[in-house]
Amino acid sequence: MSERPNEAGLRRDALLERLALFGLGSPALLLVLVAMVLPVGWLFWLSFLGDDGTFSLEHYQRMLAEPSYRRTFATTFQVSFLTTAICILLGYPLAYVLAQLPQRIANLCMIGVLLPFWTSLLVRTYAWLVLLQRQGLINQWGIELGLWSEPLTLVHNLNGTLIGMVHIMLPFLILPVYASMRAIDRDFIKAAANLGAGPVAAFWKVFLPLSLPGLFGGALIVFILCLGFYVTPAVLGGGRVIMVSNRIATDIELFFNWGAASALGVVLLALTLLLLWGASRIVRLDRVLGAGH
Amino acid sequence: MARGAALPITIRQVTKTYGRIHALDHVDLDIQSGEFLTLLGPSGSGKTTLLMVLAGFTRPDHGSLRFGEDEVIRRPPHKRDVGMVFQNYALFPHMDVAGNVGFPLRLRGVPRAEAERRIEAALDLVQLGGYGGRRVDQLSGGQRQRVALARAIVFEPRILLMDEPLSALDKQLRERMQIELRRLHDRLGMTTVYVTHDQREALTMSDRIAVIQGGGIMQLDTPRRIYEQPANRFVAEFIGESSFLPVERDGAGFRYGAHILRIAAPPPEADGHLLMVRPERLRLVAADEPGEDNHFPATVEDVVYQGDSVLVQAVLADGIRIAVRTAPTADAVPVEGAAVTLALSPADTVVIADR
Repeated sequence: MSERPNEAGLRRDALLERLALFGLGSPALLLVLVAMVLPVGWLFWLSFLGDDGTFSLEHYQRMLAEPSYRRTFATTFQVSFLTTAICILLGYPLAYVLAQLPQRIANLCMIGVLLPFWTSLLVRTYAWLVLLQRQGLINQWGIELGLWSEPLTLVHNLNGTLIGMVHIMLPFLILPVYASMRAIDRDFIKAAANLGAGPVAAFWKVFLPLSLPGLFGGALIVFILCLGFYVTPAVLGGGRVIMVSNRIATDIELFFNWGAASALGVVLLALTLLLLWGASRIVRLDRVLGAGH
Repeated sequence: MARGAALPITIRQVTKTYGRIHALDHVDLDIQSGEFLTLLGPSGSGKTTLLMVLAGFTRPDHGSLRFGEDEVIRRPPHKRDVGMVFQNYALFPHMDVAGNVGFPLRLRGVPRAEAERRIEAALDLVQLGGYGGRRVDQLSGGQRQRVALARAIVFEPRILLMDEPLSALDKQLRERMQIELRRLHDRLGMTTVYVTHDQREALTMSDRIAVIQGGGIMQLDTPRRIYEQPANRFVAEFIGESSFLPVERDGAGFRYGAHILRIAAPPPEADGHLLMVRPERLRLVAADEPGEDNHFPATVEDVVYQGDSVLVQAVLADGIRIAVRTAPTADAVPVEGAAVTLALSPADTVVIADR
């Protein structure tokens, strides 16, 4: 009675299907291997080679010993943190307004938000340089309107770096926040009102908690992208804002020290992965609490 | 929970237009204190708009709305103090069951100990005692529905609004919840306004039904009167099955073809008239059966077995099709092509306006 007709054929079909899927994925896998894993692995290897070409931890030891390296990492995290915080303060209210608008108008406004995306990062950074310098448009207008009398130092320092980075990073925050706000069923807000919550209470107790997954995701993307920033601090920081990427560039361009540069890259990568790991734990916790749906 | 703490609702001349479409067209409606009133109508009829006006989510163009003696038409939703069960329940996903049910109590500053007692009492009332710690996404559809109900009544509102609360449940659960909701209403006694497009649900639960179409109330009556004496063809077609025969005025009465109808209730004063026939009120009889019933000779066209009954499609002499529902007992079921006589008692002979 226990016949098993076509068993071998059906099993073969299942195997072929799996192979076909693997075949589709293999070019991308190969690219990641050649362009990502191998170079990163090579740099990882270099970071453990001393100046005499033998195995050594000297690059890591130097990083711990020299205060200038610690300052570089502190600056990197400070700039990233401030940029993220300013992006949240500017981006969340803007996303909120967009999410309240009718879909068609919101889409039009979204083009405005995304416009910087389609302009070269270098162009935007140099444009800020023109606007912010001592004789720039903003200082000219500020003085002519009598808002301040002496030209403000808006660039070649932390201010300029933050202005430029916030401008570049803002869409990365607004997009996920806007998406999570759009996904909030309006009936939740109606239910909150019906149960006695005024507009302010409904926002703090219902809307904000439901938009947190998007805010968290957006802030994480912004922070991690900031960690690796190079062009903007280089141009708008005027040598006063030295982030890890700038330090790496100096190590290679000035000192041809690939080992030191690689060690910096490895530490930055490790810190980023640590951050992602920590974040993933919080997000999972979030889902347990029921907000991350 | 307090009993008999209900408020009457008075709606006057409420109008809402979207562009040139009248979602609500000068609606007048008096809902009595403690009544279970259903707004019944097809989608786009304005029934939901009216409920949203009651809750304060839709601002009408003009009109008056009173809860008891208070004019509330300009009062924002969070100050109206009405409970509402939403179609998709709208349970907050970032709170557990107790958090959801306790939400209106926290907003009202109810002390923690009393709040906990009232949350548990409300959950007991909907037979979910001990579920306070559950996450919303751990609940079945029926359980979510009950939590939504508990949340809507825990702060003892004097008016309860329900927007198609059972439409997402499967048929068996829906029928059980209909009885349960009605029983709960009888126990709590709050004025309840219920929106549905399901005519059977409306008939099952309501004290009175307001049939709504085109932004206006077509008929406001008890379920029995709505079913047996519909005001017009729209109401008759929307509620239950029916066939319509054109009739003409003949002196004080009406005739269908040459047959003078024997009618128990006086028909409405209108220009066009129809005889409304409910399939289950027709009987298959012998052609020479004596009595007061109106008789219609017909030919059987189609016989469909439906389990609890048999639906017979017959054609009258003038070619009009008429449906007859009969018991599925073997000797009562006619065969296709047979000549039959349909009998309708004078009480079931209802002439309605044709509009």
